[in-house]
Amino acid sequence: MQLTRRDALALGGAALSLAALPMRALAATDMVGEAITAFTGGADVGERGITLTAPEIAENGNTVPIEVDAPGAAAIMVLAAGNPNPDVGTFNFGPLAASQFASTRIRLAGTQDVIAIAKMADGSFVRASQEVKVTIGGCGG
Amino acid sequence: MATGVKPRVRVPKSASAGEAITIKTLISHQMESGQRKDKEGNIIPRSIINRFTVDFDGENVIDVALEPAISTNPYFEFEATVPASGSFVFTWYDDDGDIYTEEKAITVS
Amino acid sequence: MKRTTLTAIALAMVTGPAMADPDADALVVNGEIEMVTEASAPAHLEGALKTVYSGWRFRSDETQAVQMDDFDNPGMLGVEVALDAWTEVAGTEGESCASCHGSPEEMAGVSATYPKWDAAAGEVQTLTMQMNECRTERMGAEPYAYDKGDAINMTALLTSVSRGMPMSVAIDGPAAETWEMGKELYYTRFGQLELSCANCHEDNYGMMIRADHLSQGQINGFPTYRLKNTKLNGVHSRFKGCIRDTRAETFAPGSPELIALELYVASRSNGLSVEGPSVRN
Repeated sequence: MQLTRRDALALGGAALSLAALPMRALAATDMVGEAITAFTGGADVGERGITLTAPEIAENGNTVPIEVDAPGAAAIMVLAAGNPNPDVGTFNFGPLAASQFASTRIRLAGTQDVIAIAKMADGSFVRASQEVKVTIGGCGG
Repeated sequence: MATGVKPRVRVPKSASAGEAITIKTLISHQMESGQRKDKEGNIIPRSIINRFTVDFDGENVIDVALEPAISTNPYFEFEATVPASGSFVFTWYDDDGDIYTEEKAITVS
Repeated sequence: MKRTTLTAIALAMVTGPAMADPDADALVVNGEIEMVTEASAPAHLEGALKTVYSGWRFRSDETQAVQMDDFDNPGMLGVEVALDAWTEVAGTEGESCASCHGSPEEMAGVSATYPKWDAAAGEVQTLTMQMNECRTERMGAEPYAYDKGDAINMTALLTSVSRGMPMSVAIDGPAAETWEMGKELYYTRFGQLELSCANCHEDNYGMMIRADHLSQGQINGFPTYRLKNTKLNGVHSRFKGCIRDTRAETFAPGSPELIALELYVASRSNGLSVEGPSVRN
């Protein structure tokens, strides 16, 4: 089997990203798990009825626009799984909220999953997550 | 740290009863995360707005808990329903104890 | 077979983004200010560029959207601060900007012509220098520090009232000498990386430099609110950053070199709309 330089690069790249992702995830996993448990009390978390909108690629991790929407939710918690502190914020919707929708701008320390968990009016929980790739700048970074 | 903090809100001047209206807010604030270091290598202490609430004539629209991962100059967009003419009160709570408020009246027909 | 697929994927990853030209989006701010983000290059660029593009066209949809509404654009926070400063009496003469100039709107179009030759001073002046001349000569006030908060905010106020108007700096007559100096700087390779402005922004715009989509480096959008440092940035600070990134000793904001470079780069933007305060990454 002959490996061209390009193959080697591609394979190397694949191996690197495989190796890097779990490590990055591991660092914050406990804190993410603790935050989720604190919010849900350990209840089962479904996947329907919540939408998280975030860019696939953020041009700068310092200001990343996100939207959460979970019709009928009492509250939505947002986590950034790869940040040194995964907490981002929690939206609690009052009786005069016309929808359970909110949009804001967040900081992401690097490429990672953004997670939104909604607490529904009946006490159940649903979650959505999306990976956001955070790019580094041209020269200055 | 809380110098030059200036809240801005955008609320329609009028709406019909029960209509969903879009509200946007932006407040100038550094949102110092507590993760950064200064030139001497010392941690710059955290100094953020940690809570933002919106009420309409005493009833709540939204109550947000903010963490240091919210970007500089915190921006929010959300929707409210207004039953009758009245005023929105927007309140931002700073780590340093300062509270910034803004009020906007809306006419409901 | 598997190897071929991998190679194809690797190639797609390399070449895909590298061919990304400016996008085709149209910039309208507040639903009313229509911006020219693409124009025939000014005559002096013959042989170098056919078309000039605003940096806005190279940004992602999310970044672009932030500039399309003044409420969403945090750069407007600086404009609001400057609005207060506009009517504030400063210095020993009891004057404010408003004492002479009336409302900021009366300054519409002014920023589009800067830098420009000042006959009395016998030099090309940037908008910051003109503002500081007002402050020191007429108001008896301290000059603003170059490219720092107060100066940048006031610049943003002045560009904001000119938005949508075409950049039109004069490069002939007494300004020609400074313009030539700026042009020479633009094409001079600096630093350990031996890069000129042109190497990236003329020869390779539209390509990716690491993960960043290279623009033409036009300055019609300054001051610029950058998502990176979440504040308004001045032209000279941006030049300084670029030159530093070539690993060179840079010139200081307000230096004759950067004034000349600003005139030259502004002249490359002639025909594009004034956008400041714009939003970039």
